[in-house]
Amino acid sequence: MEKHDGPDPARVRIDDPWYDALASGWGELDGTGAPAPVVPPARGRQEDRGTRAADIYLEVQRSAAFQEVRSRYRRFVIPAAAVFLTWYVAYVVTATTAPAFMARPVAGAVNVAMVAGLGQFLTTFLLTWAYARHARLRRDRAALDLRWDTQELTRAVAGGER
Amino acid sequence: MTGNHQTLALLLFSVFVAITLGMTTWVSRHRHGSAEEFYAGGRLFSPMENGFAIAGDYMSAASFLGISGLIALFGYDGLLYSVGFLVAWLVVLFLVAELVRNCGRFTLADVVASRMRERPVRIAAGTSSVTVSVLYLVAQMVGAGSLVALLLGGTSEAARTWTVIGVGALMVVYVSFGGMRATTWIQIVKAVLLMGGAIALTVLVLMRFHGDFNQLLRTAAERSGHGNAFLAPGLKYGGDWTARLDFMSLGLALVLGTAGLPHILSRFYTVPTARAARRSVVWSIGLIGGFYLMTIVLGFGAAAIIGPDAVRGSNAAGNTAVPLLALDLGGGAGSTGGTVLFAVVAAIAFATILAVVAGITLASSASVAHDLYASLRGRHAKPRSEVAVARTAAVGIGVVAIALGLLARDLNVAFLVGLAFAVAASANLPVLLYSLFWRNFTTRGAVWSVYGGLVPALVLVVLSPVVSGSPASLFPGVDLQYFPLENPGLVSIPLGFLAGWLGTVTSPQPPDQARHAETEVRALTGAGAV
Repeated sequence: MEKHDGPDPARVRIDDPWYDALASGWGELDGTGAPAPVVPPARGRQEDRGTRAADIYLEVQRSAAFQEVRSRYRRFVIPAAAVFLTWYVAYVVTATTAPAFMARPVAGAVNVAMVAGLGQFLTTFLLTWAYARHARLRRDRAALDLRWDTQELTRAVAGGER
Repeated sequence: MTGNHQTLALLLFSVFVAITLGMTTWVSRHRHGSAEEFYAGGRLFSPMENGFAIAGDYMSAASFLGISGLIALFGYDGLLYSVGFLVAWLVVLFLVAELVRNCGRFTLADVVASRMRERPVRIAAGTSSVTVSVLYLVAQMVGAGSLVALLLGGTSEAARTWTVIGVGALMVVYVSFGGMRATTWIQIVKAVLLMGGAIALTVLVLMRFHGDFNQLLRTAAERSGHGNAFLAPGLKYGGDWTARLDFMSLGLALVLGTAGLPHILSRFYTVPTARAARRSVVWSIGLIGGFYLMTIVLGFGAAAIIGPDAVRGSNAAGNTAVPLLALDLGGGAGSTGGTVLFAVVAAIAFATILAVVAGITLASSASVAHDLYASLRGRHAKPRSEVAVARTAAVGIGVVAIALGLLARDLNVAFLVGLAFAVAASANLPVLLYSLFWRNFTTRGAVWSVYGGLVPALVLVVLSPVVSGSPASLFPGVDLQYFPLENPGLVSIPLGFLAGWLGTVTSPQPPDQARHAETEVRALTGAGAV
């Protein structure tokens, strides 16, 4: 309990994403391993003092690096969500409308309903694992670079305005 | 149930209360009183700690006692509940957890308000969050009251009343003195106790059947008197089409509601990054999934070892199946083992209720102070610290929950929980998903989507057979029943989405592309996240 009473440096470091993803990201060369194309660096912008923070977000949103992170996220999440929702709705509808089919025995006392129910548990665990792996390998590092660059840019603008 | 059980259960429960109160004092000894600390525990919990706390927040006594009781009585149909409660977490993991962590600060309304006109959106989202929380809270309070009556044999009205008041007072103390830090630790302790209790009982059940799950199912089916029909769906929700549609409605509400529960969303703010939020959800899916798998064994085990008739004899809704199972597994009534195991299970059930109500109270006091108070107070009102308002709000919500818990004490707990999920799925989820994923979403769309889900959900309940028109309803004498289903989800969830779309396309103001860009970039990268 004690460790939450103040910002304990050791703990903070362990969960610090900057530290974490840099440490784990280097060796993983599947797709994101190649350094993500980076948004324009902060330096060139500094003279442009009129730039508002909002424009920076628009600019980052249009950048290829961000589009890539977003499409990686969506390409995984949308089909996966469609699959598990369809599978769940199909399960609920079948259970309520076709109990005779669900009662068909498979092995011993285990019937179709039991297999389907445990299958829901299994697919939930598998999809959780797949999502966490996809995010770790394909998204985290690129997102972290973007976070860094975006914050540099907004800081430069905020500094300029003051 | 002899006096021994009750004394021991009370003793164990007092120990739990003493430990949690001690923890509350301990974690708040260096309190600064900042909002960050009160609402989010300083955002320094590790993913594993937060994963346990999420599991502790989510697994209510309704699931521990209720679902295994349903399985013991109706066999497979009870299992449908646990599947819905678990699959719901994929919605949270894929679409909500990380993005919410990156975009918001303390509440659901933060996420929506980040790209909309703040005041109307905060009032709308704050109102629906408080509504959902209060419904859920009343369900837990009613559950606490009936649990005491069941487990301690104190069937007198006075015992129930005092339990509800006691639970309410304790949760107010935890929340207003300890804030998120104390609440989180209580949930972690409770999750560990609950998992430990469930694992012990599951192992004992499987040992009784020599590890043969098939044999367990066969024995359960035989003793149930339904034969193989006990292992297939249809015993509870089989009836006519109204019953089937009602179950589909409940299933939809369960799977979509979790991602809109304010006390679940606020848990993601207690970790430092979106990545930590994701990892805490992975932890909690593992814990919750494991737990529901064990409730299946416990439910069928209770049917096989005790038999549905004995379970029904003790409590018509099946809520005492697990305590009775514990009594039998420990060696039967009168034995030391049975007494101890029964008392442990009873104490865990109380601990469960306390941890869940503390989480909900905290989330709703955050909505009141951070969203409603900040938006509604007059220009000339004395500026007060938001945390002070939140502490006061916790007391107020505690009083309201105690009052409603006493009024609603005869309502079915599972129904109240299903209702809270339905309202969360209709009012909170559409606005959250639209804000995060729809470029052209506008302020009017956000406000319409919240009220367009909230109002139909509540109105349909008032017009449902729960409130009037059937012998089992709240007011059997009146007949207002125009809607056949008990759970409004099937109609009100699509209405919430539809209202959001309609409000957006009829909106006179164009969507704010710059703020959408900011929300999207922040959501996916974590730039500027607190």
